[in-house]
Amino acid sequence: MEASFVAHLQQQHPELMPRHVESRPDLMEATTITALKFSDGVVMVGDRRATIGNRIASSHMEKVFAADSHSLVGVAGVAGIAIDMARLFAVELEHYEKLEGTQLSLLGKANRLAALVRGHLGHAMQGISAVPLFAGVTPGTRDAKIFSYDITGGRFEERNWQSIGSGSPYALTTLKRLWSPEATSHEAIEASLQALIDAADADAGTAGPDPVRELYPVVYVVTGDGVNKIAESVIADLVIGLEGKH
Amino acid sequence: MQPPMYVSPQQQMEDRADFARAGIRRGQPVVFASTTQGIVSLTHNASQSLFKLSEIYDRISWGAVGRYNEFEALRQAGIRYTDTRGYAYERSDVTARGLANMYARTLGELFISGTKPFEVEIAVAEVAAAPEDDRLYQITFDGTLLEHHGLLVLGGNAQDLHHQLQEALPPTARELDATVSIIREQLGTTGSHVELAILDRDPQALRGSHRAFRRLDPQTF
Repeated sequence: MEASFVAHLQQQHPELMPRHVESRPDLMEATTITALKFSDGVVMVGDRRATIGNRIASSHMEKVFAADSHSLVGVAGVAGIAIDMARLFAVELEHYEKLEGTQLSLLGKANRLAALVRGHLGHAMQGISAVPLFAGVTPGTRDAKIFSYDITGGRFEERNWQSIGSGSPYALTTLKRLWSPEATSHEAIEASLQALIDAADADAGTAGPDPVRELYPVVYVVTGDGVNKIAESVIADLVIGLEGKH
Repeated sequence: MQPPMYVSPQQQMEDRADFARAGIRRGQPVVFASTTQGIVSLTHNASQSLFKLSEIYDRISWGAVGRYNEFEALRQAGIRYTDTRGYAYERSDVTARGLANMYARTLGELFISGTKPFEVEIAVAEVAAAPEDDRLYQITFDGTLLEHHGLLVLGGNAQDLHHQLQEALPPTARELDATVSIIREQLGTTGSHVELAILDRDPQALRGSHRAFRRLDPQTF
């Protein structure tokens, strides 16, 4: 694994790798993340809430990230592990790109993420788990893909939509209902926001948009042209437009 | 049995230095220059895939002359070093100075105790908010670390070329296009056999990225 940053850390700096915890203390948890395909790519949306037990620990946490120029990663589960996983994954992809002079293929990126999840199996067996949702586009072919994972590192390609986290069962029904192969990115963002609002209605661990405190879900779009984070002001306008639809 | 022939330490060092210099002199020069748009780097290179200029970290780039296998190993070591530091601390804590010191240490040790000295010269550049704060470091085969201001030339006949470029380039407020064409003129490089890269001064504003390094198409100049 010449070009793997994770392998380099494991061999040379094992102290920087995430550690095992013996018993399960009360930990900060998150979330609902959704990924929805549209005509040109994928929209990924994540809420901003993190909880410890039944207490809200944070209302402005970000759980969706650009992994590199053409892929997105969203994380659910124990926040500390989840955020570290996303950060390490982004360095892993950039490290490969710089060493090899070319980006990993989309499937290659998805497989590397699976290896990171598998590395956490020990944690997961103790109930301290985090799983990612991965979406990306191959720049040349503009082919979009969504991948979900289980705690053993199983990697599953999804067809057109997926959601992870405690609010995912509710979000999934809305995504399924609103998905359309011809949708524009605007329509896909609207559909994803509706799914998130439905999840927040039913799940205590998920927060909907909060116009009073100006806290809105994090929205990323990835197409053949690259990753784009949607500005909060745009999301605020979309949320106002959704009134009465759910 | 005949005892080994005595060679004085001075002679040993001189022999090693001559050997390394001979290898480097054969290499095509690499030029780094600060401009208002960023730090531009340029060299003659017939290959489209084996590079002599590279991205190392967000605001740091790299260039080399000499033996390909040796400087490629150093390039990879540099990327591992900076990625590890940035992951352990923070991205903004990675500096060209730290990287240049790492190279100086490595090359210095290899020069003294390696079976043969590395026949390479390395440049490390870090782009800042203003051209006068740009950092340009040169690390020679024996681990000597030199800092340059505004202009850095590596490789064969570097001193003369540095002098010529200093005369030809304006001392401040250099524009990218003019700088590239002056350097190309002085190097005598034509056609597409040119490797050209820039560290953008403000990549966040330009294309929303933390990575300043970008390869440029020499045909567009």
